[in-house]
Amino acid sequence: MELPVLNAGQQEASQGGCASHSCGSTDDQLSHLPEHIRAKVHNHPCYSEQAHHYFARMHVAVAPACNIQCHYCNRKYDCSNESRPGVVSEVLTPEQAVKKVMAVAANIPQMTVLGIAGPGDPLANPERTFATFRELSERAPDIKLCVSTNGLALPESVEELSKHNIDHVTITINCVDPDVGAKIYPWIFWKNKRIMGREGAAILIEQQQKGLAMLAERGILVKVNSVMIPGVNDEHLAEVSRVVKSKGAFLHNVMPLIAEPEHGTFYGLMGQPGPTHEELQKLQDACSGDMNMMRHCRQCRADAVGMLGEDRGQEFTMDKIEDMEIDYEAAMVKRAEVHAQIARELEIKDQARAAKTELVAIQGLKTDQPATRPVLMAVATKGGGVINEHFGHASEFLIYEASGSGVRFIGHRKTVPYCEGGDTCGDGESALDKTLRELAGCEVVLCSKVGYEPWGPLEAAGIQPNGEHAMEAIEDAVLAVYEEMRVAGKLEARPVVQQKAA
Amino acid sequence: MALEIIESCVNCYACEPLCPNEAIYQAAPHFLIDPVKCTECIGDFEVAQCASICPIEGAILDELGAELNPPGSLTGISLEMLAKYQAAVEATYQAALEAKSA
Repeated sequence: MELPVLNAGQQEASQGGCASHSCGSTDDQLSHLPEHIRAKVHNHPCYSEQAHHYFARMHVAVAPACNIQCHYCNRKYDCSNESRPGVVSEVLTPEQAVKKVMAVAANIPQMTVLGIAGPGDPLANPERTFATFRELSERAPDIKLCVSTNGLALPESVEELSKHNIDHVTITINCVDPDVGAKIYPWIFWKNKRIMGREGAAILIEQQQKGLAMLAERGILVKVNSVMIPGVNDEHLAEVSRVVKSKGAFLHNVMPLIAEPEHGTFYGLMGQPGPTHEELQKLQDACSGDMNMMRHCRQCRADAVGMLGEDRGQEFTMDKIEDMEIDYEAAMVKRAEVHAQIARELEIKDQARAAKTELVAIQGLKTDQPATRPVLMAVATKGGGVINEHFGHASEFLIYEASGSGVRFIGHRKTVPYCEGGDTCGDGESALDKTLRELAGCEVVLCSKVGYEPWGPLEAAGIQPNGEHAMEAIEDAVLAVYEEMRVAGKLEARPVVQQKAA
Repeated sequence: MALEIIESCVNCYACEPLCPNEAIYQAAPHFLIDPVKCTECIGDFEVAQCASICPIEGAILDELGAELNPPGSLTGISLEMLAKYQAAVEATYQAALEAKSA
C-alpha cells in the first residue's frame, strides 16, 4: 500500500489525491508559502519543522528588563536544569553577547539563527538589544537575526527593527479580548505609569495588533506565540489564531502553560494546570483550519544554545569563551560548507518526496482498503530527520501520527533520559515511569536501540519498542511500521490498551 | 528625601534608564539609588518611575522605609501563597540534595 505523506492538519488532501497547497510531508509544512518566505525560513529551526532537524539556534540574554508582568513568569528563578522561557543563568552585555555568538557559530556551524528573547522583553531594552544586533549584522553577516517580544513597545521599534535586517519577529499574543487579558497580565508599564488589570491588558492588545500589522506591511515575517492556559484562554485561542492570520502573521505557535509551585509564579502557586498533550493537540488541530501551526517549539530558555531540544549553554559560559580565539573569516567558510551539505541532503529528500507524490497522483489512492485508525508513534532522534537516538539517551521524543491518509508531526514530549535516571530533581518518580507517563497514547516507540530492561515495562504499558529502523528517515519508518500493523490486523479497531494511569 | 533599592532587587535594569535624575546605578550585588540625586521624581512625574516598573514587590522603599510595592500588590501572590512557594523551593532543594547523596 502506497501512502502519501501529508501536511500537518490538512488531511482533506487525501481525498483529492494531491491538493496543490498541502501535498507533501510534515517536512513540507511551508510548501504553500510564497517562494520568498520559504527562502527566508528554510534554515530557521524555529520557523520550519524540517529545518529544526538540521539547524541550531541560540539566544543571548541581553534583555533583562520587562515592561509587563505575566502570571506565568517569574524572572527571579534560575535552575540550570530547567528549560522554559524567561529563565537564564547570566545576563550578558552586548559585547559579551557578540563574543558568545561568534564563539558558538564557529563551534556549531549548524547554528544559523540568533534570537534575543529576554529574559525580559527585548524591546523594553532597546539599547542593549539593538547594540547586539548592529554589531552582529556587521561582524557575522551569515547569521539570521530575530527577536521575540510581548509587543507593548513594538510599534515604536518597527523602524529600528527593519534597519537591522531582522526579518523574523515573534510576538506573544495570548488574547485579543481585554477581559481575558486581565486574567493573564496583572500590570503593564505604559507612558510612565504602571497600569493594572483590564485597562493595561487593553493597551497591550492594541499595541500587539498594531505592531503586527506594521511588521506585515513591511514584509517582516511574524510568528505568533500563544500560551494555552486551560480555563483562561483555551477557548479563546482559535479566535486569536483567526485574528492574527488576518493581520498577516504567517505561523501560529500554541504552547502549553508551564506552571509549577516551585517556579514561584502566580499560576504555579494557584495550582493552575497546564493542558494535557491531548488538549494541546486538539486546540492546535482546531486552529490549523485557519492557520499554519507550529508544533515543534521547545519553549527554550532565553539563553539556550544548540539544536531545538538540546541546550549546550554550559559549553559556552562567559568564563569559557573569554579565552577562545575566534577566526570568524575561517569559521564562515566552514559554516558555508556545512550549510551547503545540508542543502544538498534536503534537495535529495525533496526530490524523493516529489517522486512519491507523483506516483500517488498517477496511481491514485487505493480506496478499497478498509479504513484504518490513526496511531501515535514516539521517535528518538538526535536530528537529521532520522531515527538515531537510543531509547535510554533520549531526553525527548518526537510524536508522529500515522493514519490512512499519511504521516503528520504532532509535537514532542520531554522526559528524563532513562540511562541518567538517578540524577533527576527527585520527584519520587523513576525516569522510566516518567517516560511511560509522557508517552501515554503512543503505541510504538522507534529508536536506534532499546535495552532489555525497559522493554518489558514499555510493552506492558501498550507501547511496542522498535529498534529495527535505526538510521532510517523518520516518516518512512513510521509508515513502514504502520503498514506492518495494518497487515497484522492491528488497525481495524481501537485496541484495548493497558496504558499506565498518569 | 530619597528612595532606596534593597537586596531583593534582581538586577533587571528596568528602572535604571527611567530615572529622570540618573540617580540609579549598577552596583554589586544589586542596583542602588544615589540619595543625593534622587528626588522621588517630584516635579518630573506623577509617580516614582523606578517603583512603577519594578517587578519585585518590596524591593524599593520610600524615605520612611515603607515598601512602595507591598506583597501581593504586583503579582497577586498573597503572603500565604508566598509561604507555599518557599516550602516548594525548600522541598525541591532537599530532594536534589537527597538525589545527589543517594
